[in-house]
Amino acid sequence: MSETASKGQDYESSLSRATSSVAEFERRKGLVPKIRGALHSTPALVPLIVLVLSIVVFGILLGSKFFSPFALTLILQQVQIVGIVAAAQSLVILTAGIDLSVGAIMVLSSVVMGQFTFRYGIPAPVSILCGLACGTLMGFINGWLVAKVKLPPFIVTLGMWQIVLATNFLYSANETIRAQEIEAQAPLLQFFGTVIALGGARLTYGAIFMLLLFLFLAYMLNQTAWGRHVYAVGDDKESAELSGIEANKVLISVYMASGLICAFAGWALVGRIGSVSPTSGQLANIESITAVVIGGISLFGGRGAVMGSLFGALIVGVFTLGLRLLGADAQWTYLLIGVLIIGAVAVDQWIRKASA
Amino acid sequence: MKKLLTGTALALAAFATGAAAESHGMATSACLITKTDTNPFFVKMKEGATAKAEELGIELKSFAGKVDGDHETQVQAIETCIADGAKGILLTASDTSSIVPAVQQARDAGILVIALDTPLNPIDSADATFATDNFLAGELIGKWAAAKLGDEAANAKIAMLDLGVSQPTVGVLRDQGFLQGFGIDLGDPNKWGDEEDERIVGNDVTAGNEEGGRKAMENLLAKDPMINVVYTINEPAAAGAYEALKSIGRENDVLIVSVDGGCPGVQNVADGVIGATSQQYPLLMASKGIEAIAAWAKDGVKPQPTEGKDFFDTGVSLVTDEPVDGVESISVAEGTERCWG
Repeated sequence: MSETASKGQDYESSLSRATSSVAEFERRKGLVPKIRGALHSTPALVPLIVLVLSIVVFGILLGSKFFSPFALTLILQQVQIVGIVAAAQSLVILTAGIDLSVGAIMVLSSVVMGQFTFRYGIPAPVSILCGLACGTLMGFINGWLVAKVKLPPFIVTLGMWQIVLATNFLYSANETIRAQEIEAQAPLLQFFGTVIALGGARLTYGAIFMLLLFLFLAYMLNQTAWGRHVYAVGDDKESAELSGIEANKVLISVYMASGLICAFAGWALVGRIGSVSPTSGQLANIESITAVVIGGISLFGGRGAVMGSLFGALIVGVFTLGLRLLGADAQWTYLLIGVLIIGAVAVDQWIRKASA
Repeated sequence: MKKLLTGTALALAAFATGAAAESHGMATSACLITKTDTNPFFVKMKEGATAKAEELGIELKSFAGKVDGDHETQVQAIETCIADGAKGILLTASDTSSIVPAVQQARDAGILVIALDTPLNPIDSADATFATDNFLAGELIGKWAAAKLGDEAANAKIAMLDLGVSQPTVGVLRDQGFLQGFGIDLGDPNKWGDEEDERIVGNDVTAGNEEGGRKAMENLLAKDPMINVVYTINEPAAAGAYEALKSIGRENDVLIVSVDGGCPGVQNVADGVIGATSQQYPLLMASKGIEAIAAWAKDGVKPQPTEGKDFFDTGVSLVTDEPVDGVESISVAEGTERCWG
């Protein structure tokens, strides 16, 4: 009996030969896995590297024509609208959704701001608030249909895109409100077009707003409970719900935020083009998705950093201006942006393997 | 069940033929098919056609693509018009070559097809074309700009703000007309961007709207900030270009010229944003088109093209308050009276 007991208690003796270190992930040796791991933990790094590289390459090719404060801040001005819309798009895509109605919401909001001021004589600040409320409402409808009626985001926003765009044309009668009239009667509508000149650099309030918006969203997403919930819902809605997150509320809030940001983009649009034009911004949905994808946010949700979208939009801007300054046919820009999109997703898939 | 279905089908067919026969007897019917029903240019076209059709007692049905370039919907519209037994179709084609077989089908059915504003490719695929001479429209603003600059025209720095990368015919004709009017040697007249003249700073595309106009102007200004002549495909693009110039404080020393003659555009000429614009007349195109269909329905007479051209020219006028010698123009006041949109 004592023999069996001692034998029974002997089972730990074999452990003496085992390693005593704590369980850990297997680290693959070598530079490539290290880089891949670094990129994996900071998802905005890839677009940032591409952005810096493309600025350097165009800077070498074009010299001071491109590498001047004037040209570099011009890129910020040119991407401000797409950039702001891409911020909205990023939020939605992080929840594993997609918002095809962003451009339409932007244009309708700007038309509401303009028409309320000029058709009904409402003071500009009130009209602007109405425009912002209009964008938020459109976002709420999107979010409600996605969260409560459980329709796929692609379908909901595909429908809303058409509904909002048609409303925009019907309501505005496709009438442009001229820049001169806005300047004389409601300059507040052009607020985001105000320029700050610092030497050769020229920044508009719209471009600054875009940068602040991205910083604000990066803070919200990384430092607040709401932000973590957005990621959690995007990664796996059901397990998020099981861990006590009110997923539907989070979804609706995301689409509302997207609508509101698009309305701000509409306001910035008036500043940029001077006039209120119902035909503007029709490609904003595709351009914003492009920026988000190049920026490394996963279309499958829950992965990526919002700053990446800013870099994505800037990369497109750098390519567009750089190639035009080189005198290349505009088709080359489209071609290269197409290559970038596919390249970005390929790199994303490769980085993903760092955790596999 | 099968009997019931066959019976219903027969009854429906009989009803349909009856209805069709009735509409034949009742009035001449015509179709208007435009690229979109949101662009003010086509809105005005529809207005002109509707007014004329009412006057002549013609039943008019209007169709439009969902967006510019929506070829599919236009083909469907032509098929609907054939089925409807229309006498004539007024068509502003989105895709000038691909629409040809559908147009041929309509003509085979004895329908008079008139291309409005945009010639088909080849132009004789339609029975007639009622359009602005876009080359002439460009030439007028080119001549005006050159005369305005005087001797300085030899050192001009020109920005060309075109429509789109696919180089649609309307855009190419205006662009090349402008260059010829300005006194620049054309390369291939069917395409822009192959000219060798040093005075051209560059071409960029605008999609014909304010946003595109501003971006294209900024791009070209980054290339050469001393640009002093700007050709624009239409007035919204011109308004966008003006914003870009204003942001660097050069709005007063650059000459912008454009084409279209829409009301906001003519107002911009009055305000000095645009120096001169060539005005076209969509209302006239449409009403002339309806008249031609009425004549065809009555006597089987086809409309004749303007002498020396392969289309019926609905005219173009240069609108400016700063007339120059050797270029005929109308005042802004007159332009405002005749503007559209």
